[in-house]
This record gives sequence, structure tokens and C-alpha cells, in this order.
Amino acid sequence: MLLRLLLLTVLGGLALMLAPGAASAQTEEPAASEQVSGTLRTNLSGPVEGVEVVVTAADGAEVDTVETDEDGRWAVPVPGPGQYTVTIDADDLPEGVVLTGENSRTVTVDAGRNQGVIIALSDGSREAGGGTVRWVQLLVEGLRFGLLIAMAAVGLSLIFGTTGLTNFAHGELVTIGAIAAWFINVQGGVPLIPAALIAMVIGAGVGALNELVIWRPLRRRGTGLVAALVISIGLSLLLRYLYQIIFGGGSEAYAAYRGQRAVDYGAFTMTNADLASIVIALVVLLLVAVMLQRTKIGKAMRAVADNRDLAASSGINVNRVILVVWMMGGALAALGGVLLGLSDEVQWDMGFRLLLLMFAGVTLGGLGTAYGALVGSIVVGVFVQMSTLVIPNDVKYVGGLLLLIVILIVRPQGILGSRVRVG
Amino acid sequence: MGELIDALAVALKAGLGFQAIFLALLAIGINVQFGYTGLLNFGQIAFAMLGGYGIAISVSKWGLPFWVGVAVGILAAVVLALLLGLPTLRLRADYLAIATIAAAEGLRLLFRSVSATPVTNGTRGLSGFNADFVALAPWDTARRYPILGTQWSGAELWVTTVGWLLVALSCLLIWLLVRSPWGRVVKSIREDEDAVRALGKNVYVYKMQALVLGGVLGALGGMVYALGTASANPDQYQNANTFLAYAALILGGAARVLGPVVGSMLMFFIIQFADTGLRTLIDNGVIPEDLLSATDVAQIRFVLIGLGLMLLLVFRPQGIFGDRREVMLDAR
Repeated sequence: MLLRLLLLTVLGGLALMLAPGAASAQTEEPAASEQVSGTLRTNLSGPVEGVEVVVTAADGAEVDTVETDEDGRWAVPVPGPGQYTVTIDADDLPEGVVLTGENSRTVTVDAGRNQGVIIALSDGSREAGGGTVRWVQLLVEGLRFGLLIAMAAVGLSLIFGTTGLTNFAHGELVTIGAIAAWFINVQGGVPLIPAALIAMVIGAGVGALNELVIWRPLRRRGTGLVAALVISIGLSLLLRYLYQIIFGGGSEAYAAYRGQRAVDYGAFTMTNADLASIVIALVVLLLVAVMLQRTKIGKAMRAVADNRDLAASSGINVNRVILVVWMMGGALAALGGVLLGLSDEVQWDMGFRLLLLMFAGVTLGGLGTAYGALVGSIVVGVFVQMSTLVIPNDVKYVGGLLLLIVILIVRPQGILGSRVRVG
Repeated sequence: MGELIDALAVALKAGLGFQAIFLALLAIGINVQFGYTGLLNFGQIAFAMLGGYGIAISVSKWGLPFWVGVAVGILAAVVLALLLGLPTLRLRADYLAIATIAAAEGLRLLFRSVSATPVTNGTRGLSGFNADFVALAPWDTARRYPILGTQWSGAELWVTTVGWLLVALSCLLIWLLVRSPWGRVVKSIREDEDAVRALGKNVYVYKMQALVLGGVLGALGGMVYALGTASANPDQYQNANTFLAYAALILGGAARVLGPVVGSMLMFFIIQFADTGLRTLIDNGVIPEDLLSATDVAQIRFVLIGLGLMLLLVFRPQGIFGDRREVMLDAR
């Protein structure tokens, strides 16, 4: 028993900042000379307008006083680089919105920089107030998160099933979807829905490239599974830091989806974007299930995943099936990335952080089975969100990882897996 | 030309400095687990973090003596190895891989979380715990010493000396171990686990011993790193470091006593040389600023490591010294 408890402690952590309800404020457009700026908003109330913001220099002299505009934004040009203190008037905040910390922050402005100032606000949506029931809220958020994990994990599981590869670079397929859609959406000015479709095509293309350029030649060379696993880690490092060079270390939101207001559904609240992503994920996963169950290629995929040699000897072109699996996995992961970027903003390492939860979901469901990945991921998503009922929000990954370890002890083949695979 | 020599000197210092020792100890640990026993520990950095924080927390938070801190760090690493090994060592290789990488990322985020701040100081990290250690140095630690064209502080020199001594002792231990019956058993586990089991050896226990030994070596590496930087911060212990150590091990040659050491020195030499070289080229305008800015150079190293790791495994899995037949690298 003590050991189990220690496990709980050791495997703690992994805080994805996936908390809708917590509020944020960040910088917008860059300025030519030094200034401090920020945005006041929360998910429930939307942008907070008309709050007095006072900026003072290090010696206490007031630089300027402004009010936030209808988007909740404010900006104050400052005379030069140095330390400035930003204070907001807490009495101006609308009803239901409270400060989570201090009402002032001191920042250091570098030459030529537009220094963002974050003053944390809370809209109380994490507390069970205003008709929302906390566990229902968390259940719904967990379902949404679980569906996103599932979308990315189906490909991971099918790739494992068909080729035996534990693909540590699968998270990077998630990131490429989110980043590609961001570039097309924000830099290219294309609306998000077509941008997401293009991102899915790019994801499928990257998946196909993965298979054609790296994995198929390596299989032909007879590279061992462990060597392949380490190669996939090399690929993951390579891509991840390449993304950081191209995309930068910050987090960005899609255009026109900043600061959405949450809609009240009685027992829980949810933004329209989150609702849309649940619907999209459900529809897509249903389509995948129908495809696996009914179509010829879907049956072939399951056959190859189940027993590759038998499938090959019954006339299935195994390499073609694997290529389709990679393309499908890439497209699904990319879509998952776009939806995750929609709710939590786009970041260069978002896929890698999701990867561990994908592994948890896939292991729970049974490595190599498509439906297992679906079920397992949804369980993990719900578990991670619901665990914040008892543990602090920034260590909620504990739940998912603890679950992973418990599964490994109790039922390593997962819910729907077969015992042979465990070896 | 002068710039080239400067870059070489800086790179040489990096190849001999405490970062290289840190990497070498991590890689020696991985060599025991992966090179000799065939275990995939992708969370080696977690052991290093426990080692570093073992000293940091014991000394600066609990006010215990330095040596108690070392013991705490080693003990924590042993406990982590047991916890990770118990459920996963009976299963196929990739289960241990998934569990260890998850634990490493989890521990790092736990250490930097708000709830752990009273003990770990969260993202600000801990510092001021190496005074006892520096005081042990037989020379004046306040002075700076010029060696091979670069400046070394006395404390830095002391950490480096102790560190290389540790590396040498670890190598000696590994050399003795792999020549012993124990070494023959673990190598046979790597080659054919079922055959070893059929001969009546308890494979599980041997694997566990290898995991614990490798973890303790990793913890020692983390201690050297914490003493070298004189601070412990969760974000120093990023997951990418584990793979840096894997790359160093494979570069030098897995399942060779000196492979990880040579690999680590070479690795840091190359990284630092590429770093300084790229920065100089950007400063001189040889590489246009739009293509690659000075801030991107830090990321380039991981891109290169990733690429290097892939190419090595595809084209020369035995590295510099390894034996191709010994690094068959296959899952069981």
C-alpha cells in the first residue's frame, strides 16, 4: 500500500494548462518604442471594459492612467526602458470577476519592447456557483479533452498495431496541424475551418512522408523495433525544436477565436468553440469507426493490426495499408492539434505534452487496437479533468499518469487488448 | 583565425567541463541499463533531478549537512528505480520506456508546481547549497585559473576534478562488473531473456539491479550538475537531456566501458563548437539574420542532436567503439 502511495507522489505532475475558466491577459501588436500593455478578460465575462489601469515608474511618479477598451485591451507608452508598476482598480471589475492575485505587477521594460503585463483574473467558473455543478462541468471538459486525445491516439495505436512501432514523434503530427492551421489562418488570413482542412491535408502528407522516407526503408533494412523507437525520438526532437525556431516559444491563438464568452447550459458552461470541437470530434471519430468496420480498407487495417503475416498471405497489400494508416493518423492528429489549439492556444511543444496522455489512453485501451485507443483516451481525458476535484489544477496530470502505472500493474494488455501482445 | 581558436578553446572547455561530466554520468547509467541489459530508460533525467534536488533540498531547506544530502539524493534515485521497475520490468521493453518518460516529465512538473513550492521553491529553484562542498577544495576557490586559453574559477575547477574522479570510479566499477558473472548474466538477458530464464536465473531481479545501478549513476550526474551551476531549477532537467545522453552513448558506442565518456566529451565539444561557430558566423553577417537569428542557435543544437541520433542509429548503430553484433537493439 505504501508503495502505491509513493507511486502516486512520484508520478505526479504534467500540468497542461487546459483550464478554461482561469483567465489571462497578454500582449497584442508590437510597438516602435517602449510600452506596457495587456488585455483583461475572462472566459465567462469576455473582455473586461472600463477598468482603470495606472502605470507608475520605479520612482513612484505616475506615467499615465488609462481605461481598458471594449476588447479589454490597454496600452501605455512609457518614456524609456526600466521598471514600471502596473496597478488596476479592483473596484472597476464587473460583478463575478475577481482578482486571483495582487492587483499590481512590476515589470522590466527592455529597450524597444512592448512589455506584456499579465494580471490574473478569475470569473469564478471553477467554483460551483451560478447554477453550474462543478463535477458536471469537469465531466464535460474531460469528455472534450478525451475526444481530442482519442483523435490523436487512434493513429498512434493503429501505427503500433500495423508496424510495431512505438512512435514517439506522433505528438509532432499534432503540433504540425495546429501550427500549419495557425500560419494559414493568422498569416494567410484564411478562415479557420478551411485552414483546418488544409492542415489535415498537410498532416496526412507529413504522415505519408514519415512512412515513405523513413519507416518503409527502415523496415526493408530490418531495423529492430527498439532502434526504430530511438529513431522516432530523434525525429521528435528534430521536429519539435524546428517548430520552435519557426514558430517561436510563445503561445498564439487563432484569429477571431480570442476571448470567446462561455454560454450557460444550466449545469455547465461552455464556449461555442468548445461545443463545436466536441461535435466535430464525435462526428470524425464516428466516421473513423464506420470506416474501420464497413469499408474494405478499414477491414484490411484491422486485419493487418491483428496479424500481419496472415493478412499478407490472404492477399492484402500490407505496405499500402500501412501508408493509409499513416496518412489517416497524420490527418486525425492534425485535426486534434487544431482543436486543441482552439481551446488552449498553439504552442511549439503542445503535441509532445499531449503524447504522454495519448500513451496513457492507448495503453489503457490496449496497444494496437483502434477502439481501445478511443475508449482509453476518453477515460484518461475525463479522469485527468475530474481529478482536479481532489488535487490542485497544476498537478492534474498525476491522475493520467497514475492511471497508466496502475494499468501496467493490473492489466497490462489494456481493456480491449489481447494478452499475447504484452510479451 | 583568432576567432576559430577561441571557438575551439571554448569548445574544449565545454568538453571537459561539468556539463560533460553530467552527461557522461547519465550516459554511463544508461549504458548499464540499455547498453548491457537492454532496458529502455527514457527517464534518466528524473534520476539526475532527484540527485540534484536531494542535495539542494536537504542543505538549503532542511539545513542538513552536505553528505546527508548526497545520501538523500542516492536514496531517492533507488526508490524511483524500484517504483518504476516493479510494474514494468516484467513487460515488453517499450512499457518501461513509456513509464519512465512519463515519470520524468511528471516529476519535473510536480517539482515546479505551486503545491511543491514550499519544498522546491517552484520555478525559481534553489541555490546556495554548495558552500560546504566548495570549502572542501584544497586550493583557493576565489581565484581564477587560466587553463588552455580559457578561465576557470577555483570552484569550477574543484567540481570538475571531483566529477571526473567520479566518472573514473564509475568506469572502473562498470569494467569490473561486466567482467564478473553478474555482467555475463545481464548481457545474456539483453541477448536472449528466455534462454537466461531457462538456465534458472531470476531475470527480473537482475534487470532491477541494473535499473537501480544506472539510476544511482544518473543521480550522481545530477549532483555534479547542481554543484556546478550552484543552483537547482526544475527546468534544467528537461526531458531532452535524456536523449542527449542517449545520443552521446550511441555516438561513443554502447556496451563499451569508455563509450559513454568519450561520447559525452565529443558531444559537448561538437555542440559548443557549433554554438560558438554559428554565433560568430551570424555576428559577422555570413549567415543572414533573417535566416537564423542568434536566439535560434540554442534550438539548433537539439535539431542537430535529433538528426544525429537518427543518422547514427540508421547508419552506424555501434558508434565509434561499439561492436555491431552487440548492439542488436531489438525489443523482446
